[in-house]
Amino acid sequence: MNMPATKIEVETAAPAAIAAPVVAMTPRRPPRSETYARMARETAVRVIPPLVVIALLTVVWELVCRRAGSALPPPSKVFKDTKELILDPFFDHGGIDKGLFWHLSASLQRVALGYSLSAIAGIALGVLVGQSVWAMRGLDPLFQVLRTIPPLAWLPLSLAAFRDGQPSAIFVIFITSIWPIIINTAVGIRNIPQDYRNVAAVVQLNPLEFFGKIMIPAAAPYIFTGLRIGIGLSWLAIIAAEMLIGGVGIGFFIWDAWNSSHISEIILALFYVGIVGFVLDRLIAGLGKMVTRGTAQN
Amino acid sequence: MAAYLKLDHIDKIFTRGAATTEVLKDINLTIEKGEYVSIIGHSGCGKSTLLNIIAGLTNATTGGVLLENREVNSPGPDRAVVFQNHSLLPWLTVYENVRLGVDKVFAGTKTKAERDAWVMHNLNLVQMAHARDKRPSEISGGMKQRVGIARALAMEPKVLLLDEPFGALDALTRAHLQDSVMALHQKLGNTILMITHDVDEAVLLSDRIVMMTNGPSARIGEVLEVPLARPRKRLELATNSTYLKCRHRVLEFLYERHRFVEAA
Repeated sequence: MNMPATKIEVETAAPAAIAAPVVAMTPRRPPRSETYARMARETAVRVIPPLVVIALLTVVWELVCRRAGSALPPPSKVFKDTKELILDPFFDHGGIDKGLFWHLSASLQRVALGYSLSAIAGIALGVLVGQSVWAMRGLDPLFQVLRTIPPLAWLPLSLAAFRDGQPSAIFVIFITSIWPIIINTAVGIRNIPQDYRNVAAVVQLNPLEFFGKIMIPAAAPYIFTGLRIGIGLSWLAIIAAEMLIGGVGIGFFIWDAWNSSHISEIILALFYVGIVGFVLDRLIAGLGKMVTRGTAQN
Repeated sequence: MAAYLKLDHIDKIFTRGAATTEVLKDINLTIEKGEYVSIIGHSGCGKSTLLNIIAGLTNATTGGVLLENREVNSPGPDRAVVFQNHSLLPWLTVYENVRLGVDKVFAGTKTKAERDAWVMHNLNLVQMAHARDKRPSEISGGMKQRVGIARALAMEPKVLLLDEPFGALDALTRAHLQDSVMALHQKLGNTILMITHDVDEAVLLSDRIVMMTNGPSARIGEVLEVPLARPRKRLELATNSTYLKCRHRVLEFLYERHRFVEAA
């Protein structure tokens, strides 16, 4: 009767011995077709609902605006009226008679310039306010008041100061988008964990190294939140500013279309404005995701 | 006897508005080179404050810290700290975290290649060289603390300060890491000051145990020598009478004479 007992011991030991290599093996890869099917399903789940909603809304719009005497054109008429603009966005007949590509690109250039300036100045001021208690006490109340001023309210003042439409528009973008960047950067800097400051102190990083190696990476998630709100605001501001300053730009294109009663062109332009704004937002969000990889809580 | 590290009549008073709290009162302690000293006490007794004062992260209200007869009152790599929650920078890899300190400390004395080799040498000491390109979020808590130790060791500190280094780890990992620290101490002969609230840990690792009374106005209540030969083996010590006596002595201090009183 001793034999079975010994045997049991061996049996229990044996699986443990061969268990290790089994654990170390990589799990079997699912077949490729299965992966593709899963990806297709995931894409469908994301893409189909919005497509259905868009189709439904278009049908409703068509039905509502189809009647004679309707103030706004139905989608079919919008497409018919603006077919040339859609198909050839690159024509240039001089003056402001240009394709939509040129209008959008002029607006985007203004945004790029104004937004870059506000990103640089905003992060710098945010670091100052976040780092220095005195700067915060002195500047924060000012920021809180200034940030509530609507973008267009700055336009007459900047026109008076710059005596030109182009720099005025850029200034309006700058002044509109800078506040969320400042405020978020300051919050990010203030929230740097004491641990990281201690590490920097023990290693004896100088202020410049601390800025580059600790402060910016640690505050990056906050900074990018500010940058993302900022890009949205600058795109909001440019359209309104361009309506007033004139010249080439998607904002003035809309205003011009309104003055010439080309309602279809307005609708097309709004469509483009929305798409570009969406892309800008995603661009900054994507950039933020790339830069802050690893910075988020671990 | 010239003390290597000397805490000289340290008082620490925190002032918040009109209220003042005396946290530490008249702390005197001398530590010799190569010694492993633990500071043990109930939570809130100011032992972390004391470590911060030695590290230079906080200043003493009166009194001071002398390292090799020179006063130190600002942080520096000669008193490298292993923080309780590892404090690795999450956006840097394991290698870069260690390299950060090495680059600063040896900027003028080691070439780039030497610094690289030195970083890898220290990662090897804590058996973390295999994870050099991983980020802190990709490694376990025990591994993070190993990297934290490597970062501190790589600065070649005169005194290594450990702030409850194993507090956040599970029991098995903790034991494993304690053995590693003991082996490192044996091999490198560092002077180590460790804050802990674990009696077994203090007795196992230390040459001397400094027991603190409860705050406010915490003082050094008693200093206990641990006359156990090194290298020490966890399993053999479990039945060693000297070990048990030391352990009992600390327990008695903490739970009988200076029982923890919940702050009202």
